[in-house]
Amino acid sequence: MKEVIRLENIRRDFIVGDETVHALRGISLTIGEGEFVTIMGTSGSGKSTLLNTLGCLDTPTSGEYYLDGVAVRSMDKNARATLRNRKIGFVFQNYNLLPKTTAIENVELPLMYNSTYSAAERHRRAEEALRSVGLGDRLLHKSNQMSGGQMQRVAIARALVNDPAVILADEATGNLDTRTSFEVLVLFQELHAQGRTIIFVTHNPDIAKYSSRNITLRDGHIVSDASNQRILSAADTLASLPKTED
Amino acid sequence: MNLVNLFKIAIKALSNNKMRGFLTMLGIIIGVGAVITMLAIGQGSKRSIQNQISEMGSNMIMIYPGGDRRGGVRLDADDMESLKLQDLEDIQNQTRYVSYVSPSVNSAGQAIFGANNTPTTVYGISPEYMDIRRYKIEDGDIFSEQDVKTAAKVCVVGKTVVDELFPNGENPVGKVIRFGKIPLRIIGVLESKGYNSMGMDQDDLILAPYTTVQKRMLAITHLQSIICSALTEDYTDEAIEEISSILRRNHKIKETDEDDFEIRSQQEMSEMLTSTTDIMTLLLAAVAGISLLVGGIGIMNIMYVSVTERTREIGLRMSIGAKGRDILAQFLIESILISVTGGMIGIVVGIGAAVLVKVFASFPIYIQPWSVFLSFAVCSITGIFFGWYPAQKASRLDPIEALRYE
Repeated sequence: MKEVIRLENIRRDFIVGDETVHALRGISLTIGEGEFVTIMGTSGSGKSTLLNTLGCLDTPTSGEYYLDGVAVRSMDKNARATLRNRKIGFVFQNYNLLPKTTAIENVELPLMYNSTYSAAERHRRAEEALRSVGLGDRLLHKSNQMSGGQMQRVAIARALVNDPAVILADEATGNLDTRTSFEVLVLFQELHAQGRTIIFVTHNPDIAKYSSRNITLRDGHIVSDASNQRILSAADTLASLPKTED
Repeated sequence: MNLVNLFKIAIKALSNNKMRGFLTMLGIIIGVGAVITMLAIGQGSKRSIQNQISEMGSNMIMIYPGGDRRGGVRLDADDMESLKLQDLEDIQNQTRYVSYVSPSVNSAGQAIFGANNTPTTVYGISPEYMDIRRYKIEDGDIFSEQDVKTAAKVCVVGKTVVDELFPNGENPVGKVIRFGKIPLRIIGVLESKGYNSMGMDQDDLILAPYTTVQKRMLAITHLQSIICSALTEDYTDEAIEEISSILRRNHKIKETDEDDFEIRSQQEMSEMLTSTTDIMTLLLAAVAGISLLVGGIGIMNIMYVSVTERTREIGLRMSIGAKGRDILAQFLIESILISVTGGMIGIVVGIGAAVLVKVFASFPIYIQPWSVFLSFAVCSITGIFFGWYPAQKASRLDPIEALRYE
């Protein structure tokens, strides 16, 4: 199995006033291609810092991080921006779609920052990404004309459009109701089945049942790292949910 | 990130906030428009003054008696009686750079014809005056040297006087009017020159032989002033020098003493008058420039608001691969688009306003190409200058913080 992410003794210290806060205290892990990893932990466990580190938004105080074989820590800001653009797809809790902007324009956005794509190619790939999340008929809907589930699908399409090495989801179902959460989870499982590498940060322990591996953090340490032998199907759970009457 | 994409993003962002963009632009539109209109008005009045002066004769030189002390009493220039006929003749005969010379004595009073009368001024001159002041005869003729010698009771009248004395449109040539007690036969009518730059009616006058005015009206032998013209405008200084040395010799002025006469050239007048309009232009432009500055501050303000408002968007863009310079460029292009679009509309508005001023207020305007270019350049620079700080602030945001911003 190809290694996508490799963390070697990552430490991240923040200086708050006179105090030094150790958010990450020596995290080492590797994540292989095609894994669906949930990272769990209570608030203050360091999972957000870990996510920022994995997403090349934050630089660890010490240790080394290899993303798809590339050492990230020594990179400058611009190089990391380019790396994010090519290798990472972000899905946020609050979607972070541009307001008053159509679905397809939102999905095209990462490719706008990659000058190797022509406008036509950009459009084609964005359309393809939207179709793959089941929004092929809503290309020109604006973000304020869509439901939360649809907006999160657009955000997922945006994360897919640059064909990233890893998809980083930060509480991606946190703003959604149960039913919609499972619909999104079904989508993530489909992506997993297609061989995508997904890292899903959450504090909802239920989601771990649908991933292939679960890492738990506490106080900046990994306290458990177990692969899930009995992955539940989100589609089955969704089918078993009582139908809402509307 | 290529420039085309950055433009697309900036245009998209602006079109999301059309009203705000327009209002911000309005500041620049008014600023640029004001600069262009004000400069057009300033330059227009300067030009019209210059035109009128050159119509009056840009090579004209005027000689007046100067004020002087006589026995410790400072006398009024008019009381000096220092300009004599001899001076006139010497200037006529002994200069190389002076082409025409005419004396000038004038008398204000009431011109009367039948039941009509009008206050006006009689200028006592010689026929060469016509060439110096560039007056033309519309009807009839100018009086002759013979008329001057005999102090003939003839005159040439301006349009305004004609209109006042002959309201029924009769032909004034050949009619005898009275000026004070002196009857004068009209032998010619001047072509109209209109008002000059100082608002003086150049047609409200009567021209008569200077001898007539001297002897019959004023009972004087001296000249109130001498008016002459240099060969061309460029020889004005040489002509003044010649005249000055003749007058100093004639008036027996010692080397160390000051002139007892004053020489003014139209060139000087022109410089003096245009310097006033130059100051006016400068003031107008300064006021207009301030409104452009205020417009620029408006851009800066709105860009700051925009950056703050779109902090999350900036965070998102950075997280999906926008570099700091991409964000900088995006906001900078937005502010440049506002200012340049505003500038272009401002040019149209400014030119339009200037034309309206010309049409409705019949004020002379002149739109100088450089003023259009300058105000456009200034507003583009304004966009860059005032857009820079907000854009830089945006580009320096930390993506983690920005994404978390509520």
